[in-house]
Amino acid sequence: MFDVNLKDASLSYGDRVVFQNLNLTLEGGQWTCLLGGSGVGKTSLLRFIAGLSTAKGLKTSGTVLCENHKVLEHRFAWMAQQDSLLPWFNVLENVTLGSRLRKSIFRRNKLSPEDRDRAEDILAKVGLAKKTNELPQNLSGGQRQRVALARTLMEDKPLVLMDEPFGALDAITRLNLQDLACELLQDRTVFLITHDPLEALRLGHHIYHLQGNPATLTEAIMPPGKTPRSLEDRELMTLQGELLERLRQEEECA
Amino acid sequence: MKQLKPFLVVIALLLFWEAIVVLLEMPDYILPGPLAVFQSMYEYSDMLWENTLVTMAEMLMGLALGVISGVFLAMVLVYFVALRPWLLPLLLVTQAIPVFALAPILMLWFGYGLASKVVMTVLVIFFPVATCSYDGLRHTHQDWLDMAHTMGGNRFTVLRHIRWPAALPALASGLRVAVVVAPIGAVVGEWVGSSAGLGYMMLQANARLWVDQMFAALAVLAFCSVGLYFVTDVALKKLIPWQPAT
Repeated sequence: MFDVNLKDASLSYGDRVVFQNLNLTLEGGQWTCLLGGSGVGKTSLLRFIAGLSTAKGLKTSGTVLCENHKVLEHRFAWMAQQDSLLPWFNVLENVTLGSRLRKSIFRRNKLSPEDRDRAEDILAKVGLAKKTNELPQNLSGGQRQRVALARTLMEDKPLVLMDEPFGALDAITRLNLQDLACELLQDRTVFLITHDPLEALRLGHHIYHLQGNPATLTEAIMPPGKTPRSLEDRELMTLQGELLERLRQEEECA
Repeated sequence: MKQLKPFLVVIALLLFWEAIVVLLEMPDYILPGPLAVFQSMYEYSDMLWENTLVTMAEMLMGLALGVISGVFLAMVLVYFVALRPWLLPLLLVTQAIPVFALAPILMLWFGYGLASKVVMTVLVIFFPVATCSYDGLRHTHQDWLDMAHTMGGNRFTVLRHIRWPAALPALASGLRVAVVVAPIGAVVGEWVGSSAGLGYMMLQANARLWVDQMFAALAVLAFCSVGLYFVTDVALKKLIPWQPAT
């Protein structure tokens, strides 16, 4: 599994410099979590890595390179804040959207048996084996996010970029999905953005905090123990307290 | 109960109508009562049927052509950005000229037959369909497009699987408007010059002061319009189950 190196990344919007000369390494096969208050530029950084910083008025520079100094280009899967399920496709069709989008328009639209088997296998892993033919509107928030996770897994990419994927869920559903994502994305490089210190502490091997204006990264926190870390871990709770306090002070300063 | 409401409204209106005729002692040549109109509908049913077929044909052909050309223009506007500054004013101009003022010219160019009415109908419904589909195609959820981009979709597959289905609810609104205004186009076309159709029948009856026949044609026209809207609405709800409930 390869590292992903972000070098001298800068992004500005009009006169506002969001971040400047940021350097960050996402270690191969590990989870890197990014904490930060709202509006500090977390999502901008993630979009920069994904090559989605193409809006009008955005100025960017810097590189995102992985093994052999190659550019990232489609070697990642994307999981956004909203589940982004397409309401006209059922669960199975949503999970296999990627292969549909990459197909030539002249080819027939049928799903290959291998793809179908794999999608059903993944859906079984996320606990939705019986929902393959449901439309997204008939699913709960947690189930929808499971489908989104299944779609991310279906893409089968070495790097997974996640933007607060569990932010809108209730506490219990969130914990369950964290465990599930941790289990299923074990061997991949994951970059997770979150505003929840507990989430970062449970899942992250490296936790960075993005703060200030223009935003800079703090030293990485590396909590001990295997992920997903237990909620009963004393040290974890102390760290959570510290991080929450830090985030709160930052909010007050802003 | 909910399904019954529209019928109750219609019955109440008919009763109100009859009451006005009876209480104000309306003469037949100004306002015939609903019973007289029904009688006339029965009496002239053959003639009404023939003319209804003509008007319906004009409406449906106009709808088909208008929707196809409206959607086509919307696609061109979305995908050929360079053409936008040329085509958008054109779209506005087609609406700025009162279409009804064009009717006599259309008669001149396309004759007194079906063609001129179809063109008239197309002109009336083209605008709502084009603007609604243009809006729909333009305002695709950014999250969906980002996702498609990261998945490596090309512009054709993204159009087919994301932009197009996402635009369908907006297109459906355009279609609902189109279905409502299509009879206006057809009937106005018939008024200016024709030899068949419900509008033609109304003009003929009017000239002869056969007011009950006029009302009969009007009632059939109203029934067809409402029916067309109803069928379209039900079909759209069935075909596009993901549109927001109205």
